[in-house]
Formats: sequence, structure tokens, C-alpha cells
Amino acid sequence: MNIVLRIKRYNPETDEAARFQDFTIAAEPADRLLDCLMLIKRTMDGTLSFRKSCAHGVCGSDAMTINGVERLACKTLVQDVAEEEGAVVTVEPLRSLPVQRDLMVDYTRFFEAYRVVKPFLFPVAKVEEGENIQAPEVRKKFDDPTKCILCASCQSACPVIVEGKDFLGPAAIVQAARFVFDSRDEGIAPRLDVLGAPNGAEACEGHFECTRVCPRGIKVTKNINLTKRAVKQFKEKDD
Amino acid sequence: MGRSHRHEFDAVIVGSGGAGLYAALEASRVRGNRTAVISKLLPIRSHTGAAQGGIGAALGNLEEDQPQWHAFDTVKGGDYLVDQQAASILADDAVQAVYDLERRGLPFSRIEDGKIDQRRFGGHTRNFGEAAVRRSCYAADRTGHMILQTLYQQCIKNEVAFFDEFHLIDILFEGRKCTGVVALELATGDIHVIHAKAVLIATGGFGRMYRTTSNAYANTGDGLAVLLRRGVPLEDMEFFQFHPTGIRGMGILITEGVRGEGGILRNRAGDRFMERYAPTLLDLAPRDMVARAMTMEIQAGRGILGDPAVDDYLYLDATHLGREVLEKKLPDIADFCRTYLSLDPAENAIPVQPTAHYGMGGIPTDLDGRVVATGSGGLYEGLYAAGECACVSVHGANRLGTNSLVDLIVFGRRAGRHMADFVRQADFGAIPDDALAMQDVLARANKKPHDAHAEKIRTSMKTIMMDKVGIYRTGKALDEAVQELRGLRHEVAEVGVGDTSRSYNNDLLELLELQNLLDLSLITAASAAQRQESRGAHAREDFSERDDDAYLHHTLTWLDGGSVRFGKKSVDLSIWEPKPRVY
Repeated sequence: MNIVLRIKRYNPETDEAARFQDFTIAAEPADRLLDCLMLIKRTMDGTLSFRKSCAHGVCGSDAMTINGVERLACKTLVQDVAEEEGAVVTVEPLRSLPVQRDLMVDYTRFFEAYRVVKPFLFPVAKVEEGENIQAPEVRKKFDDPTKCILCASCQSACPVIVEGKDFLGPAAIVQAARFVFDSRDEGIAPRLDVLGAPNGAEACEGHFECTRVCPRGIKVTKNINLTKRAVKQFKEKDD
Repeated sequence: MGRSHRHEFDAVIVGSGGAGLYAALEASRVRGNRTAVISKLLPIRSHTGAAQGGIGAALGNLEEDQPQWHAFDTVKGGDYLVDQQAASILADDAVQAVYDLERRGLPFSRIEDGKIDQRRFGGHTRNFGEAAVRRSCYAADRTGHMILQTLYQQCIKNEVAFFDEFHLIDILFEGRKCTGVVALELATGDIHVIHAKAVLIATGGFGRMYRTTSNAYANTGDGLAVLLRRGVPLEDMEFFQFHPTGIRGMGILITEGVRGEGGILRNRAGDRFMERYAPTLLDLAPRDMVARAMTMEIQAGRGILGDPAVDDYLYLDATHLGREVLEKKLPDIADFCRTYLSLDPAENAIPVQPTAHYGMGGIPTDLDGRVVATGSGGLYEGLYAAGECACVSVHGANRLGTNSLVDLIVFGRRAGRHMADFVRQADFGAIPDDALAMQDVLARANKKPHDAHAEKIRTSMKTIMMDKVGIYRTGKALDEAVQELRGLRHEVAEVGVGDTSRSYNNDLLELLELQNLLDLSLITAASAAQRQESRGAHAREDFSERDDDAYLHHTLTWLDGGSVRFGKKSVDLSIWEPKPRVY
């Protein structure tokens, strides 16, 4: 079938403002949208710019806005977004992150927020030999946030961030939750200053947009709410 | 082109996958060592993150296991082209490496008593081949993702300096002393010369030379190709692994862990055909044997379509495992099936074909990751390599499942440690006069008109490699491949880049990557043509037997201009006598 990719273009070296450009291509329903973008880049317009790597939804490089929804281009099939011959698929960069060129956005601040939550283990026990013991049901408590690939889809979809309010962002809190609920980690204590700040977990307004768009199926809002509660309990215990 | 910049670090690591990050962690542990990691990708995008099934280590958490059994399996799996002391180190250190990762936070899947769970994997056996053993430590089916995350987290903790989205274009030498690297900053188009006492190359694999591959777009072998052009040899490049179970048509990896959990390969009659090829290990035979068995089934008309003339496939049946096991132990696989095949693996078998997966060969190194310059073992100074781009050699002619992750961790760590000690007593070498030679290449590329020619060359390369340097090979086809790839190398030198922007010129980046792949394709095909025997993943239809008298040695290759020069390097056979390889 033929489809039209309506792609938002912007090159800061040559363009005053962003514009849309249409590319008509032949595609199979089971093709990935990334395959379509690669076809355009390699045979029609080499200047089209986007990131990609693994091409099967695990590296997080090609998050973008497709028909208004945050998705990974490699985890979106043509049939998911184009039903009939001649369908127009709108492809734009992620929202909220500054555009660098075409579909590429600047992740600098996103990764800064990630670093701020101290996303590494603060070990509770010093194990000298062998391994920590962790029962399967205890391990299960933090399984969900371990799936995060830091693609920033949640960040892009978050209404709090879109409105320009000060918020650390869903991905950073998910990354914190991955440790906070790990029995081997000291949890809230080393991260209280960040998670308990006004722009930390409590800045989430519970819109659930992050959960809706997460390409890894993480219950992002739930993780934020659990973190909110853990912060609250920690503060009460501390008082 | 852009401006040029100078930096100075004690240790520079190129590549931020598992091997690079582990080396960076070790190098940065020594107080005062200035360590930098450069990567053409953003953080945690590296292909280590796509590894699924697990990391082999003889913890013996579920049944008796021993590192020497792991080492033996590795040697036999590699069809005796493995250096045996290296395999012993791999298996011994794997145990500590897994504990080390666990204590740094890696969220392994657990068994009831709270210890790390372990699953079966191809070619991993108890007591020198008796039966499959549970050796693969795993975190669901995203073990690599968890390793990459854990190591990156620890690098943040150690405040390692990262140069994200910097593409390696040259490595600098003063004689046999490595003195730094040159990289293209993708955001600006600027050139950076990074002066260093030691450089570690960990740029990963090069599977993108094949049409059907499990590899990421980024896997273009940059580190190997740059070194090759600087006169460094590569080892055993003829051995390239096809993973038996890629998703039909797409090449996306379906982990061997599916078979480790009990999944079965079936032909169009529904037969478990591996019974005829590997009666003891069945579906858990090593990958080279399973991939060949699948090819034989398809050629005999027993593929699902029943027509050897088409791109046929087989079924991986996991329906009997039940939904609960699939969702708990193989959740990403179930997700891939739903996303890309609109299929529920608890209800339907998965259509699979072999997919180009892993290069056993690479930059020759010693046991501490130091790069080897000659067949007699002479070394470069201050130059290291680890991970898939390196060849220690622990994989020989065929790598066992899980051993890629073991290799990254064990030899990434060893190389990082050695480098940390080395830079404390070493001095900086001189930056050579031709440090910016590559800058001219970039400028030249930018002036030529773009005519989509690069894509034609890329498609030709991938087709040649798939059809003539694939699972089964013949001397005639390999000779043709060498000639054709030579032609493509000439053609690519004339290709231009339409994009004239300095910032994020991905068109230029892709051309540089294509040139790297073409050089490595040529080396792979030429190495395969000169090895007139069948061993491991290198299966010659015209020389179907292993020939220890003539070929029980590593191949070294140099690229002299357009021609390939060969040398030999002996195999360490100090522990086990080579035997016929049956499973």
C-alpha cells in the first residue's frame, strides 16, 4: 500500500522555523515505521535526521510522536497507524525536549534529572562472599521499573512538563523507584532531598499519560504514587 | 569542516556497551586516573542491552556445576579453536563476575530460596557433555539490559566522563605505542583529538554487513575497521555466528532461552528434527549445529512452506510452556511476538530463520586485553580491546550462548584493571603529524553530490555476505564475494554526501559506517576463502571435514591497501586434546 509520511522538519542551520514535508512511499502493513523512515533517508532524502539503533524496541533511540502519540518508531507497525491506502501518518519529534534537528531532540536535561536521583545501588548489607539473598516475591516488587529504557516518551507526554511546571519528570522517578523498592537498597534515605522536594514525586498530578504511552508497558503513574507514599511514610517516621 | 579540539585523559575507552563500561569502572577506581568513555550513541543505547537469555557461570545454585565443565564446553563449542587457558579464566572469573554484578545491584531472577535462578542454554553441559546443565544466570529475558543499566549506574557513581555521540574516526600511534584517538562530534561536526596514555576499543559487533541480522544499526565494527586501516591485524574473521532463531524476515532475536526453558524446533511435518542432528542435546546443541540443521531441513523441502527455492522458515514451538512461564520468564519475547507477528506464543509456534548474530573473530588480544601485533605474540603498547570487537580467543570457531556477556564482563574487567595500572606508570606518547588526516576525508565527502548510491552499495554488500559468506560456503562463491566486495570498496570511495550540514550529519555518519563494514566484509570473505576446512560456524561444502593437521591455528589478517595478507597464530591446547565434536 502507499502511505504518506508527513514529517516535521527543522534544521537550525538553514530553517527559520519548523515545517512539514510529505513523503509518499510504498509500505507493507507489517513494516515498522522505522523501516519507512530508513527508506526515505536512504533512497529519497539523506538529510532526514533521526536516531535509531536496535530496531526492536529495547534501546530507546527512536522515540517520537506518531499521529500525536509518543511511540518508538521500531515498535510501531504501519498497520498500527495507517489503515487504508493513502493514509497520512504524522511524524514529529518528542514534545517538551528541545529539537536539535528534524526528529532528534536534546536529552541533556532528561539525563541530568536521571543522574540527580542517584540511580545506583546504596547497599544495605555488605556481602563479602557470594550473593545477596532476595526471595522471588521481594524481587517482584521492583520488577516493573527495571524495564525502563530511558526513551523519554513519558517525559514528552507528561502534561505537567508540557505546561512548563517544575517537575523532575516521570522517568527519573521510575528510575528512583527501581532502587527504592529493592530490598538490597537503602531506599528513600539517600534520595530524600530529590524525591521529597516540591518538584519531586509530589509534583505529579496523576494524569496517567506517561502510563498510556510507555512503550515498555511500565505502570509509570503507579510507580510515582508508590514513591510519593514511601516519601511520605519516611518523613512521618523521621518526625 | 568543523573546528578541531584537543583533550587529554589517562585512559580513553571507545564504546559504552558492557565491555567498555566495565573497563571504565575499573580504570576509574584508581584515584587520580582520568578516564573518559566515548560513544557514538546516547547513554544505555548500546547493543549489550539487547542481550536476552543470560550470563553463564557455574554457581551451581540448582544442581552441581563446575567452572572446568563450563571451560570444557566453551572449548568444545568453539570446535577446539579456543585458547584453553583463556576459556579457563572465562569460566573461573564468571562466577565472581556474576556475584560482583549482583552486589552492584543487578536484579537477577531468583529461585525460591532467594538465590540467583539459572536456566539451561545451548552447549552448556554437566560433566563434560553428559546432559544439559542449568548454568545461565538471567534477569527474565532482558539480562543484557540489566547489565548495561547496572554498569552505567556504577559509572555515574564513579563520575566517569562521557563523550556521548562521538564517532571514532582514527586511532593514533607512535610506532607500536598508541597515543590517542580522533573522533567526530556528531552534534557539531567538530573533530576532537583525545591524547591518552592508553586506549581501549570496545565498539562491539559488525553484524550489519549481513541482510538478515539481529544486530543494531550501530553495529558497524568501527573500532576494528579503524585499527585495520592503521595496520593492526584481525583474528579469525571467517567465523561469524548465525543464531538459529531470528524472527522470520526481520532477524529480530528470539533468545535461546526459549529452548532453554523447553521450546522445540519443528519442521512442516511437526517433527522435532534436532533428534536426527544432536541426539543428546537436541534443541540445545550449539548454535552453529542448529543453524545448519535448520538449513538442511529447509533445503530438503521440510521448511514450513516446503520450497527450498524460497526464503523458507521453521517453527519454534513454545506453546507447551504455558502462558505463565512465558510471561514470567520470557516476557519480552512474548511482547515481540505480539508486536511484530501479531501472535501469542502460548497459542502458536513462532516462525523463525537463522539470523546473523555474532563475530567470533576480532582484534587479537592477550589475557589482559592488550592488543597483539604479530603471530608470535608481540604487543602494542597502551592499546586494549574487549568485548565482541576483540578476540581473546574464548569463542574459537563458534560461541556458546551466554558467553558473549561472560566475555564482556570478565575481559572488560581484566582489561580495565590492567589499563588502570598501566597508565599510572606510563607517559604520554606524541600525537603524530597525520593526526587530522581523516578530517580531509570528511571534507571531501561533503562536497560530492548525493545520488542514493550508498544504499545500492550497502544492499549489494548485505546480499553478497548473506548469499556467499553465510551458513554454508564454497570456495567458488567466496572467491566471487572477495572480487565483488573489492569492487564495492572502490565504488564507495566515489560516493558523496548530500547533506552539507555540520550538525548531526547522519548521512555522513552512515557513509563512514558503510566503509567500515565493507572493509570488514572483505576481510571476512577473504579469511573464509583461505580456510579450506569446516570448523564451527565456518562450514565449507567443498571441504566438509575439520582438518586439524592443516588448520588448527588462528588466522591473522592484515589489510595492505586493497589486498588481504594472512598470517597464523597458534592455538593454546594446553588442557584438552581436540576430539570429534558430537552432541
